[in-house]
Amino acid sequence: MKLIAGYPDSLTDKPFHYCPGCTHGIIHRLVAEVIDELEIKEETIGIAPVGCSVLAYEYFDFDMQEAAHGRAPAIATGIKRVHPDKVVFTYQGDGDLASIGTAEIVHAANRGEKITTIFVNNAIYGMTGGQMAPTSLLEQKTTTSPFGRDKNKEGYPIKMSEMLTELDGSSYIARVSVHDPKHIRQAKRAIKKAFNTQINGEGFAMVEVLSTCPTNWGLNPLAAIEWLKENMISTYPLGDLKSSGEVD
Amino acid sequence: MGDKVLMKGNEAIAEAAIKAGCRYFFGYPITPQSELPAYLARKFPEVGGVFLQAESEVAAINMVYGAAGAGARVLTSSSSPGVSLKAEGISYMAGAELPAVIINIMRGGPGLGSIQPSQSDYFQATKGMAHGDFRLCVLAPSSVQEAVDLTMEAFEIADRYRNPVMIVGDGMIGQMMEPVEFKKEVDPEKLPQKEWATDGAKGREKNVITSLFLDPADLEKHNWKLKGKYDRMEENEVRYETYNLDDVDTVIVAYGTTARIAISAIELAAEEGIKVGLIRPISLYPFPYDIIKKTAADVKNFLAVEMSTGQMVEDVRLAVEGQKPVYFYGRPGGMVPSPEEIVEKVKKIGGGSR
Ligand SMILES: Cc1ncc(C[n+]2csc(CCOP(=O)(O)OP(=O)(O)O)c2C)c(N)n1
Ligand code: SF4
Repeated sequence: MKLIAGYPDSLTDKPFHYCPGCTHGIIHRLVAEVIDELEIKEETIGIAPVGCSVLAYEYFDFDMQEAAHGRAPAIATGIKRVHPDKVVFTYQGDGDLASIGTAEIVHAANRGEKITTIFVNNAIYGMTGGQMAPTSLLEQKTTTSPFGRDKNKEGYPIKMSEMLTELDGSSYIARVSVHDPKHIRQAKRAIKKAFNTQINGEGFAMVEVLSTCPTNWGLNPLAAIEWLKENMISTYPLGDLKSSGEVD
Repeated sequence: MGDKVLMKGNEAIAEAAIKAGCRYFFGYPITPQSELPAYLARKFPEVGGVFLQAESEVAAINMVYGAAGAGARVLTSSSSPGVSLKAEGISYMAGAELPAVIINIMRGGPGLGSIQPSQSDYFQATKGMAHGDFRLCVLAPSSVQEAVDLTMEAFEIADRYRNPVMIVGDGMIGQMMEPVEFKKEVDPEKLPQKEWATDGAKGREKNVITSLFLDPADLEKHNWKLKGKYDRMEENEVRYETYNLDDVDTVIVAYGTTARIAISAIELAAEEGIKVGLIRPISLYPFPYDIIKKTAADVKNFLAVEMSTGQMVEDVRLAVEGQKPVYFYGRPGGMVPSPEEIVEKVKKIGGGSR
């Protein structure tokens, strides 16, 4: 009998602390499945961010470092330079990667660091209680944009993936979503490609994953999935934004 | 090895790091320490080292965090404004118990200040580097040879305590040329394995590097564990030198290049029959309180001399515990005190007998 699905080896048995309907858990699982399938669990070092996934190091069952807010790509750089034969990835939220850590991600990508970044974009600061993120949508109400994000005051939703495709050091950049099974499968394919890009020694790889935050969006889990589908994808189009085409 | 070579302080520190088995450097350019990274950028390829110029000091110290957490001996260097940016990462390193050596070739401040020599980062280095309850071991060389020896030792201390170690020099230490000898050479391949490092969990439980302890009881425990390390440092890592302490009226307390100027002042004073000695702290943390306290019984007063408006003097006062007066003479902002000025001050405080 062939086992076609099971609990990933790369996850510990610690229950996730994420809110009901939060898609951080799905994304953790996809990363763990990919690491299992590539059989790199013993070669992998992950870096957890500051944000709701700060405790990712308790869920992933391989070596992990916990970063200061936004600095994961710099830490990944340090690890990868010491262990170029190992697989190094960062897992970061949008406040972490697209606000306080903008410089670190841009320069890691520009140096073509052979690392993989999983960028979880939920258009809000989850952990600190629903403040506006640089990725928040126009008109989106948050605790620090209570009347809706105003482009004249707060600027525009930042498109990190599109920005990073412009850099010569980036090899693979994709944006995916996890709002339904079809998209979850696509997300997993992209995550696998991003790890393979690193394993093949090509350059920087990032997968931006559109994710929900029912708690701070003020929606129930189903409504949150619907909101992501209806509102986020038009601002953040899905697909491979940059790909050498060599890995799949 | 064994031969003396004439080297500039900054380059000698870089070579000392190589001799200590360090093969990783991450930094961001700033005067007056630029020769140090430039030297490593040239030399590291010969020994298989990795030199990387980061996009900022913030990134540099986090690269150091990553590399240290991955088990490597790693170095970064900077000067005052850059160290301020590294402070965040240094706090995280202390919290996560990561060893590394950080060089601060201090310049005048606050703000952009100047690029001239200064000792105005004493408080920062020894007491208030960044948020949280932590300490760095801080070493202050007063010659290029000592900078070499302390740099090599700093890597050992960092590994011994799993804690960052800082070398503070002023612009003069960095720029001056002196003959130096490298007393040993460490093969990085032969360094003991760090069983806590994140280098891939093959055949062992996973390792985690973190400074996060959400449960206050856990964090308290962690804080006490760190405190235990600092206590051990205070027991074992106090370093100082004394000069001419027998039968003197005034004892100057000075570190780094200021201590060399103080020795010139002591010689000058002796010519006038004024009896002055010196205690030179080499470790600024742990500070040599005991020797100062002991000396207080036999002298009239103390004079702290610094290239600042008065920072270390507070530790001298703590050490003296009110037994004798403690005076201060300083030149901040990149100005350097002269031996004559110091002798003048010694006369003014009336410690010297003719
Ligand atoms: C230097 C610093 N500034 C601010 C914070 C507070 N903080 C913690 S998490 C966070 C935002 C996290 O948001 P995001 O990256 O979007 O992740 P999410 O929680 O939404 O998954 C902030 C601002 C911090 N921990 N450190
Ligand atoms: S606050 Fe938002 S992002 Fe954080 S766990 Fe809850 S739903 Fe997820």
